Amino acid sequence: MTLAQGILTGDRRALARLITIVENQPAKAVPDLQVLYPHTGEALVIGITGPPGSGKSTLVDKLAKELRRREKTVGIIAVDPTSPFTGGAILGDRIRMQDLATDPGVYIRSMGTRGSLGGLAKAAHSAIEILDAAGMDYVFVETVGVGQSEVDIVRIADTTMVTLVPGLGDEIQTIKAGVLEIADVFVVNKADRPGADQVALQLEMMLDLNTKEKKWRPPVLSTVANAGEGIAALLEGVEQHYQYLHESGELRGRRRARYRAEIMAIVEEGLRDRLLTFWSGEGKINTVVEEVIARRKDPYSAATELLQPFSVK
Amino acid sequence: MRERPIRVLIAKPGLDGHDRGAKIMARALRDAGMEVIYTGLRQTPEQIVETGIQEDVDVIGMSILSGAHTHLFPKVMQLLKDKEAGDILVIGGGIIPDEDIPALKKAGIAAIFTPGTLTETVIDFIKDRVPR
Repeated sequence: MTLAQGILTGDRRALARLITIVENQPAKAVPDLQVLYPHTGEALVIGITGPPGSGKSTLVDKLAKELRRREKTVGIIAVDPTSPFTGGAILGDRIRMQDLATDPGVYIRSMGTRGSLGGLAKAAHSAIEILDAAGMDYVFVETVGVGQSEVDIVRIADTTMVTLVPGLGDEIQTIKAGVLEIADVFVVNKADRPGADQVALQLEMMLDLNTKEKKWRPPVLSTVANAGEGIAALLEGVEQHYQYLHESGELRGRRRARYRAEIMAIVEEGLRDRLLTFWSGEGKINTVVEEVIARRKDPYSAATELLQPFSVK
Repeated sequence: MRERPIRVLIAKPGLDGHDRGAKIMARALRDAGMEVIYTGLRQTPEQIVETGIQEDVDVIGMSILSGAHTHLFPKVMQLLKDKEAGDILVIGGGIIPDEDIPALKKAGIAAIFTPGTLTETVIDFIKDRVPR
């Protein structure tokens, strides 16, 4: 039985194996991903991002439990940073989710970023597809703890939640330009702590300043995740956003952009491989590099020369 | 160089709350280039085995200081076998009397590391035993 067949019949080990292959040798996963692809497109993909320690894992845990009470199945991808020096990582998001470990309706996978800088792992996209094909109703993707500009999550999630907590001082100001712009839903977690109301107020004021005509205004929802407070309302906010995406046609738009980007990424990678094979066969690259070093040629003319055989008339 | 990082689950089964050893090992394995899934205290054998499968780990490392190793370690081995995941390398550590070790090894635990073990010893053991 292939891994794809195993996944479609509910085999957990096959599911876990294929995600490993996608992480380590993505080209080898292609035949299975091709089989799985027609079975995707059903899951609602929810991204959750925010600063380290803002309660992302705990929120995912509570949201998943709420969904399980509603008899929905849940896949979770939790990303933590990989050391740029050793390649090692401590993947610790599961600590908050271990009640779910033995639930047959939940699959949790931890991933290291392995060099990706946008807050996600490169393999996260394929892992979502695999969980979708495995029949998960919801797929949560938890990013690394982010600062300002790690916004890759918006490219793979249908709905993006941004979590904030009181006590980060002018954190709001500092992350305003990047991460705050991608929120479909704001979560002010640890709302029992002093300053939570101000954080919510500042967010509302920031949203008031949005001058561009936007049909969706992200709700600002307060939670105390470890006590389970505000979880049902948060889920409702997510569902309202999904309904909006559906009715406004934006879901189609978002997914179109996503698939276009995915196809282009695959094409670019293939193209680069082919070009490198072509040029190294000719010994061409080394020759022009030497000429550029010797100042006989500039880098721009060198590139033009390399591309000469492919010029389109 | 390996073409992939080794994935290790570090788990603390049972009820004791002494996780310093587990945390030091997690950190040492991280610094050795491994991906360490850390699940924290009070894990049941069922949780450990299911986590190991979902995370597709090469190694499960368990730490016990409560004296329950003779019960909990073999239980994990049995569950792994039941789930057809007997290929995962399992190692243990903690306060474990010498006379208990042969039985644990017989149950399938690949190695038991007791207090005083150098982290390098564990790292070398894992690198040696996990197929490339």
